[in-house]
Amino acid sequence: MSEIVNHLIHQQSSHCETGVVANMLSSKGFAMSEPMAFGLASALTFAYLPFVKIGGLPLIAYRMPPKTIIKTVAKKLNIELITRKFSNPQKGMQALDQALEEGHIVGLQTSVYWLPYFPEDMRFHFNAHNLTVYGKNAQGDYLISDPVFEEVVTCSPESLQRARFAKGALAPKGLMYILGKVPEKIDLAPQIYKSLKKTAKMMNGLPVPGVPFFGVKGIRYLAKKISELENKPSKYARLYLGHIVRMQEEIGTGGAGFRFIFASFLDEASKLTGDSELFELSQFTTEIGDQWRAFAVQAVLFCKDRKSISLQDISAVLIKCAEMEKQLQSRLLSLSAFK
Amino acid sequence: MKAKQVPQDNSPSYSGHKKLVYAVNDSGHYTGIQSSGWEVENFATQMAVDDLNEQTLTAIKDYHDGKASSLAYHMCKHRFDISALAQCTGFFQWQIRRHLLPHIFSRLSQRKLKNYSAAFSITIAQLTRVPEHP
Repeated sequence: MSEIVNHLIHQQSSHCETGVVANMLSSKGFAMSEPMAFGLASALTFAYLPFVKIGGLPLIAYRMPPKTIIKTVAKKLNIELITRKFSNPQKGMQALDQALEEGHIVGLQTSVYWLPYFPEDMRFHFNAHNLTVYGKNAQGDYLISDPVFEEVVTCSPESLQRARFAKGALAPKGLMYILGKVPEKIDLAPQIYKSLKKTAKMMNGLPVPGVPFFGVKGIRYLAKKISELENKPSKYARLYLGHIVRMQEEIGTGGAGFRFIFASFLDEASKLTGDSELFELSQFTTEIGDQWRAFAVQAVLFCKDRKSISLQDISAVLIKCAEMEKQLQSRLLSLSAFK
Repeated sequence: MKAKQVPQDNSPSYSGHKKLVYAVNDSGHYTGIQSSGWEVENFATQMAVDDLNEQTLTAIKDYHDGKASSLAYHMCKHRFDISALAQCTGFFQWQIRRHLLPHIFSRLSQRKLKNYSAAFSITIAQLTRVPEHP
């Protein structure tokens, strides 16, 4: 089998999808950092979804659902995004091979569980992990740039096929995507302000009465749920809090991580536009991220020794997070650039 | 978070890998820093892994006591729960709950067994076996 290696710049990132976007664009000659991709996609949010269960516990997301980031960034920069899904795994793998032969680097949605290069303790059934395939070696293994790893990795065709066609919630169905031609010059500044406005608007949650699951409302709702844990068996309370921390920190860099990425985006944006207000907001977002980390510390403290801290205290830390995010929202909306 | 405060706690669950986090450097601007793990995060992960291991041990014991079918063990071992397995195999959850009983599992058709073994990516012979120890 002949070897294919397409041009790719691999840079480690915090989060898979933004990392894939940044790496794909950079490889195409348009230098884009991960935080910039995250910010442009207005990916920062909060969602508490009690009806989507993971291991019997509710899904908590700190960013927009999978695929929105790549779609929004491509749309903002006016780049064509070619996506394909497959019902037949063989056809899906053939299409991947063909795209590689044509010299493309290909983004894929996969299930973490079936990727053999992941550490054992991190493998779980999460179907929306993104990575980039940039070639194939002489043994027929795929050359993969997985943005959350330091270095590029390889994966056998069998494992990759299984990962691409895993079933269950958020099933990838073999999704692959290729970027079209990248324009040479793009003025990012107007796009930055547009996406900031969108982020700020989303932070309030859905304007629908009786749907308290998103944005600041969602954080308050979660805080209420935590204070209600007192009437539940302590084993459940432990699992529930541990689960929140896992969703926040381990799975896809989580809550605090995303706040830091957003702060980094604001920092970069202020350099690009020369707007010092954005830099102040970046510092404030850092404080929010630190507050989320404080929440994780307290939640784990409860799991270790539940006498030293009460559920009300943990809930109070979370309410502080909600208050700070509300402040960030009003400060974002009152930026002088919007006046 | 300051660059110096980025935790370097060598989490065993990272297996020697490092994760990238963003933190503020001395001049107040952001940079990417590699972290080898955070003790707090590791505790939560470890708690979930321990919980899974405990469930797997119970499943092995139940199988040898004749209280559960081998499906219970393989479900735990491959980190599925009933709802995830239902989505993956196309069975209803109540069907899977029935299949966890030994006397019903032993009468399952080859087609149903094949469905399960495909979900776990193992052979049917492996599906019906449970080791003495994990």
